[in-house]
Amino acid sequence: MTSTTQNKFIVKHKMARKLLVAAFWLGIWQLIYLTVQQEILIVSPVCVVQRIFELSRDSSFYLTALYSMLRILTGFALGLFIGTVLALLTSASQTMYDIFHPIISIIKSTPVASFIILALVWIQSAHVPAFTSFLMVTPIVWGNVTNGIQKTDKRLLQMAYSYRFGAVKTLKRVYIPSVMPYFTAACTTGLGLAWKAGIAAEVLANTEFSIGGQIYNSKIYIETADLFAWTTVVIVMSVILEWLMIRLMKKVGQKYNVGR
Amino acid sequence: MKLEIKNLTKEYDGKIVLDHFSLTFPQKGTVCLFGPSGCGKTTLLNCIAGLERFDSGVITIGQKDKISCVFQEDRLLPWISAKDNVAAVLSGNAKQNGEEAVNWLRLVGLAGEEDKHPAQLSGGMRQRVAIARALAYGGGLFLLDEPFHALDEESKTQIISLIKEQTTNSLVILVTHDSREAELLADVTYVLSGPPVKIVDTITNC
Repeated sequence: MTSTTQNKFIVKHKMARKLLVAAFWLGIWQLIYLTVQQEILIVSPVCVVQRIFELSRDSSFYLTALYSMLRILTGFALGLFIGTVLALLTSASQTMYDIFHPIISIIKSTPVASFIILALVWIQSAHVPAFTSFLMVTPIVWGNVTNGIQKTDKRLLQMAYSYRFGAVKTLKRVYIPSVMPYFTAACTTGLGLAWKAGIAAEVLANTEFSIGGQIYNSKIYIETADLFAWTTVVIVMSVILEWLMIRLMKKVGQKYNVGR
Repeated sequence: MKLEIKNLTKEYDGKIVLDHFSLTFPQKGTVCLFGPSGCGKTTLLNCIAGLERFDSGVITIGQKDKISCVFQEDRLLPWISAKDNVAAVLSGNAKQNGEEAVNWLRLVGLAGEEDKHPAQLSGGMRQRVAIARALAYGGGLFLLDEPFHALDEESKTQIISLIKEQTTNSLVILVTHDSREAELLADVTYVLSGPPVKIVDTITNC
């Protein structure tokens, strides 16, 4: 067997295993459904898929999913930006660190529900989901980037200094490649959190054209199938976005020749 | 280039490493600082390179010239190739830098290895990349801190003659605890003891 066919075989084998695992859990789900036999408590996987298809016939389905995604991505992107800028500031100056560190720690440990409800009082409810996602992402990015900057090899920095790299070259050649793995990790964790917190905020704010709003409605009308269907939509979108982001980070990483 | 150290004093972790140390170096040639490990040679070198602060004293360096360092460790950037590591210290355009870097790598005996990353090279090869980087950068002052320790005898001899050839108009300060290296390369050898660093003997090679 040549190595390519062998690789194909391994890939196929892996796919088969994954499908088997998925089938196993779907089977368990179906079993629980059959045992419980109450559509209010749990619906069958088939019913969820059917419901998603029904919902997707209406154009508002796509609008709802798109708007939720945009809100969450807005919060996520803002969190990446502000978190990184804060990390640069607090790494450059001890005073800045002393000033911002307690605030960031407080944000990190405040329950997300408190933020959502406070934000509902403070700002327009349409902006609450993005704001909530932003608040969740910022401390993680700050923490990871700060850690990455601190872990940058001092000996390489000395080398860069003695060969007069200057600020730009030192950033490009030493800091960015060192911090990149920490930043990537923050992106992956942050995106997942942004989805969770963003959807929770949509539920509490009952935002127009939002998945959270739909989940809220399904609670009011006790439409368990809808709850399952929308939750599945969130999971699928979150997984796809994460996959896209990892690919993007790999591209960026290659630009700086990281990871070899 | 002119290099003069006057009354250099430095305390490190409560230990006096340099105590009013003074030394005037020749304009050019190779000066070897020979002494046991831990006597403070590296600290002295770091002070000259501007990498460490000292408590008092004066270091006068002639012109505002470039200083090339080879450290005890290779200190290569792990995320880029050998070629890019050398090219990183050059100031021309990317293409020229690349060609020049390849040329320097050839001179240290690393033809064909230029696209490998540091992790794919042996310790001795990495050290040779670091030496190529210092030579490529050039300048009037070379600070070499145990630069040959990872090299086998054969490449050591080659590299030493290459350094001699390339630094005829520069001042080279070589820190070592290998007397053969000192003999091969140095015009003047200062035998040091410490800490605090003291010159206990001066050997002139003619």
